[in-house]
Amino acid sequence: MPLLEIVNLTVDFATANGSFRAVDSIDLSIDEREIVAIVGESGSGKSVAMLALMGLLPWTATVSADCIRFDGQDLLGMNDKQRRKIIGKDISMIFQEPMTSLNPCFTIGYQLTEVLCQHFGGRRRSYNNRAVELLQQVGIPAAETRLNAYPHQLSGGMCQRVMIAMMIACQPKLLIADEPTTALDVTIQAQILELLVELQQNNNMALVLITHDMAVVAETAERVVVLYAGWQVEQRSALDLFSNPRHPYTEALLNALPERAQGKLLNAIPGVVPGQLDRPKGCIFNPRCCYVQDLCRQQIPERQEGVLCHYPLELDLKPSRSSQDMVTDS
Amino acid sequence: MKNPTVVSKSLRVQQWREFWFYFSASKTAVAGLIFLIGVVLMALFADVISPHEPAEQYRQFAKVPPAWKDGGQIQFLLGTDYAGRDMWSRIIHGSRLSLLAGCVVVVLSLSIGVLLGLVAGYRGGWLDSLIMRVMDTIMAVPGLLMALVFVAILGPGLLNAMVAIAITYTPSFVRLTRASTLTELNRDYVTASKMAGARPMRLMFISILPNCMAPLIVQGTLSFSTAILDTAALGFLGMGAQAPMPEWGTLIAENRDLMLSAPWTVTFPGIAILLAVLAINLVGDGLRDALDPKLKRS
Amino acid sequence: MLHFLINRLMLLVPVFFGVTLVAFGFIRVLPGDPVEVLAGERGVSPEKHAEILAQLGFDKPLWQQYFSYLGDILQGDLGVSIITNRPVIEEFFELFPATVELATCAIIFALIIGIPAGIIAATKRGTWVDQGIMGLSLTGYSMPIFWWGLLLIILFSNTLGWTPVSGRLSFIFEVDHVTGFMLIDTLLSDEQGSFWSALHHLILPSVVLGTIPLAVIARQTRSAMLEVLSEDYVRTARAKGLSPFRVIAIHALRNALITVVTVIGLQVALLLAGAILTETIFGWPGIGKWIIFSVFSRDYYAVQGGLLLIAVCVMIVNLIVDLLYGFINPRILQQRNKT
Repeated sequence: MPLLEIVNLTVDFATANGSFRAVDSIDLSIDEREIVAIVGESGSGKSVAMLALMGLLPWTATVSADCIRFDGQDLLGMNDKQRRKIIGKDISMIFQEPMTSLNPCFTIGYQLTEVLCQHFGGRRRSYNNRAVELLQQVGIPAAETRLNAYPHQLSGGMCQRVMIAMMIACQPKLLIADEPTTALDVTIQAQILELLVELQQNNNMALVLITHDMAVVAETAERVVVLYAGWQVEQRSALDLFSNPRHPYTEALLNALPERAQGKLLNAIPGVVPGQLDRPKGCIFNPRCCYVQDLCRQQIPERQEGVLCHYPLELDLKPSRSSQDMVTDS
Repeated sequence: MKNPTVVSKSLRVQQWREFWFYFSASKTAVAGLIFLIGVVLMALFADVISPHEPAEQYRQFAKVPPAWKDGGQIQFLLGTDYAGRDMWSRIIHGSRLSLLAGCVVVVLSLSIGVLLGLVAGYRGGWLDSLIMRVMDTIMAVPGLLMALVFVAILGPGLLNAMVAIAITYTPSFVRLTRASTLTELNRDYVTASKMAGARPMRLMFISILPNCMAPLIVQGTLSFSTAILDTAALGFLGMGAQAPMPEWGTLIAENRDLMLSAPWTVTFPGIAILLAVLAINLVGDGLRDALDPKLKRS
Repeated sequence: MLHFLINRLMLLVPVFFGVTLVAFGFIRVLPGDPVEVLAGERGVSPEKHAEILAQLGFDKPLWQQYFSYLGDILQGDLGVSIITNRPVIEEFFELFPATVELATCAIIFALIIGIPAGIIAATKRGTWVDQGIMGLSLTGYSMPIFWWGLLLIILFSNTLGWTPVSGRLSFIFEVDHVTGFMLIDTLLSDEQGSFWSALHHLILPSVVLGTIPLAVIARQTRSAMLEVLSEDYVRTARAKGLSPFRVIAIHALRNALITVVTVIGLQVALLLAGAILTETIFGWPGIGKWIIFSVFSRDYYAVQGGLLLIAVCVMIVNLIVDLLYGFINPRILQQRNKT
C-alpha cells in the first residue's frame, strides 16, 4: 500500500472573473522512502496541489478529490481538527521563501519547540535539548546560541535550515519541499538539496520535491510528475523520463535545458502558459506543441500509460542522451 | 498632425473613467457621495427649501414635538425649540455653516501645509528643521486645546474658530507633502526636468506637486469631516459660532437644557452632524481605495 | 536601548522649547491692557498701573521676559490662578489623576472591544459580519462625542436610570484623597460599596471618550491583520498543525499589534482633546473641565500652565509608546542596539 494516494484531485479558485481551475484531476501515489519530483513552470499548479493536501489554501479555493489517503487514513473525510494532528507531524512542508516563512516576532527556539509542544504536549522548555539536536542535524553551527536568535539575524540559507529543522522535528513520514532552493544563492542551493536527501535517507521519510529546475530533478528524484497548467501531463520514473520523454511538453522542457542547447541558442518553448481567460479548446498544450494535429485542437486527450496526450511520442522515436549523461554534464 | 491638447484631454477623460471605475466599485462610497451632494444642494438652496426663516420665533408654538409625535404639527416637521423656531429650517441653514467651515479649514490648512511641506522637502537644511519643529510643537498640543487657546486670544466666533482649527490641521499636510516631495525628488523625471533647466518654482509646483496629490486628496477629505466635527465641538463649548447662528454644534448647546423635556431639539442636530460626517468619511474611504495604487493591484 | 532613549529625548528638546514659546507668546498677544486682563485691576492710577506692570514683568525687553519665564518654569512656578489664588501647578496636579483615570479606562475599553472586533472582521473578511463591524466603526469614527454623551445620558441615566449623570462618586461616600485615582482610593478606604460607585460613575464617560479610539483601533487592527494573515509565516504556522486560534492569537496578532501600538500612541493627543468635551458633559472634575472653565473665566495663567503641562504629557506618552514599539518589535530593538 502506498504511503500517500491521491486520486482525481481538482482545485478551483473563485476569482473576480469567475472560477479558475488551478489543478485538474491529478493522480499521485507515493511510496514510503521515495523521492518524487513535481515539475512544471510557474503557475502550473504544483504548489497548489500540495497545499491542497496540507489544507493550507485560502478560503477562495475549493478542493475536490475521489480519494486522498495517507498512511491508511482518509484525509478527505477528516474534520480540520483531526487533520491538524497529522499536518506538521506526519506530513510537513517547507516553503520557497525562508526569510518570510519564519515569524519575525519569535525566536528560533520558540518556533522550533512550539511544533513539538503542539504534537507531543508538555512544556516548551523541556524540548530545548531536542531543539539543539535538530539544529545540529540540519547543520547549524553554535546551535545553543541560535535558539535565542530572531529570524532576521540569520541568512537565507540558515533560515531554510531552521525551517527544515522545524518541519522534521516530529519525524514526519512525508516531507514536501516547495521550491526549497529557489530563493537561495546557487552555492547554498546544492547544500540544502544535499541536506534534504541526507535527511530523507536517515529519517526514512518520503520526499516530494516541487521544482521547476530539471537539473535538481535529475540529481535527486526517483520518479517525476510533470504538470502543465494544472494538467498532469506525464508521470514516469526519472530514468525513463530523461531518456525517453513521451509527452511533447516534457520533451520541450528537457530540450530547453542549457546542456541540450544546439549552438548558441537555447530551445525555448514558444508562447506562454495559458491563463484564466485564454484557455484553448482541446488539449491545453496544443497552441505551443510542435506536433499538434487537428484532433488536439478539438478533443481533450485521455491518459494512457501515464501520459496525457493524443499522440504520445514513441519510445524509439526519441534521439536523446541518457539521463546519466545529463547528470554528469550539469 | 495631432493636436496635443486634444490628446491630453482624452487622456484626462480616461483617467477620470478609471478613477470612477474603482470608486464606484464601492457601493457605500457612492451612497456617501450621493448623500453629500444632497447636503451641498441643501446648503446652496437653503432659502428655497426651508419652510420657515431659521430665526423666526413662533412664540405660541414653543417646544412643539416632531410632526409624527403626539401634539406635533405638520408645519414643524422636526419640531421647534424653546423659542418656537423651526428645527428643520435651522438644521438646513446650519448645513451652510458646517460646509463652509469644512471648506475654509481644508483650503487654509491644505494650501499653507502644501506650501510649507514643499519648501521643507525641496530646500532641506535649517529651513526644513525649523518648519518641522514648529509643526511638531503644534502637534504636541491636542487640537481642540490649541483651537481653544487661539479662540481665547482672538475671541469666540465662527471665523476665529475656523482659523484656529485650520492651524491645528496644518502639520499633517506639511508632513504628508514633505514626505512625498522627498520620495519624488529622487525620481528620474525630477532629475530630467532639472537637467532641462527647470527653475525651482516650476519643479516644485509643476513637476513634483501633481505626483503627491493622491494622499493629499484623501487627507483633505478626512480633514473636511473632522473640521465639521471640531467646529461643532467648539460651537457646543460656546467658543465657535455664537448663539443665534444655527450652527449644528451651537444648536445642541443652546438646547442642552431642554435635553430631557424636548429631546428632539438635541437629537436632530446631532444626527445631522453624524450623517454629514459619515457621508464624507465614506467618500474619503472610497477615494483612498480608488487612488491608492497599492490596493489597485491586488 | 539607553542610546535610543537619549536620542529620542534630544528630539523632544526643541519641541519643548517650542511649546514654552507658544505658552509665553499666548500671554503676550492677549488683546487688552495686561493690567486689566492679567491682574484684574480696573481704573487704577497711572502710578499703580506702572507698578503692577513691573510686577508682571512687562516692563523688561521681550527676550528678558522669556528667559525669566523659562527660569520660572524650570523651578516649577507656572504662575498663580487669579480665580483661586493658588499656584497653577498645584491645581493641575490635583485634578490630573481624574483625567488620567478617565483616559485610561477609555483606552482600555477601546482596546478590549476594538482589537477583537478588528480580528473578527479580518478573519471573516467580506462577510456581513465584517461589513457590520466596519460600518459601526466608521459610524463611531464620525461621532460628535459631545452629542453622543448627551444621548447616552438621556438613554441610560434618565430613561433607564442605570448610570449616574455626573461626578466621580456618589455623595453618600466620603473617601480620603490618597492617590487621586478614585478607583484606588475607594479600595483603600473602608467605605462599603464605594468602589462600585466609583466604577459606576466611570462607565458612561469612558464609553463616550473611548468611542473614537475604539473605531480607529478596530479599523487599524483589521487592516493590519489582513496584511499579516497573507504573510508566509502565517502559512508556516498553519503548516505546523497549530489551531486556528493559536495561529491568529499568537502568530498573526503579535505582528499586527506592532502597527496597532503606533496608532494607540497617536490617539493620546486626541484622547486629551476628547477629555475636554467628555468632562464638560459629565461634570467630571478633571483637567479638561478645568481648562474650559479657565478659558471662560479668563484665568489666563491657568490656561497657559495647562497648555504647557498637557503638551509635556503628550510628549512623554509619545516617548513611552516609542519605547514600547521598540520593545514589541525585535527587529527595531536589534537595530537600535547595534547603533
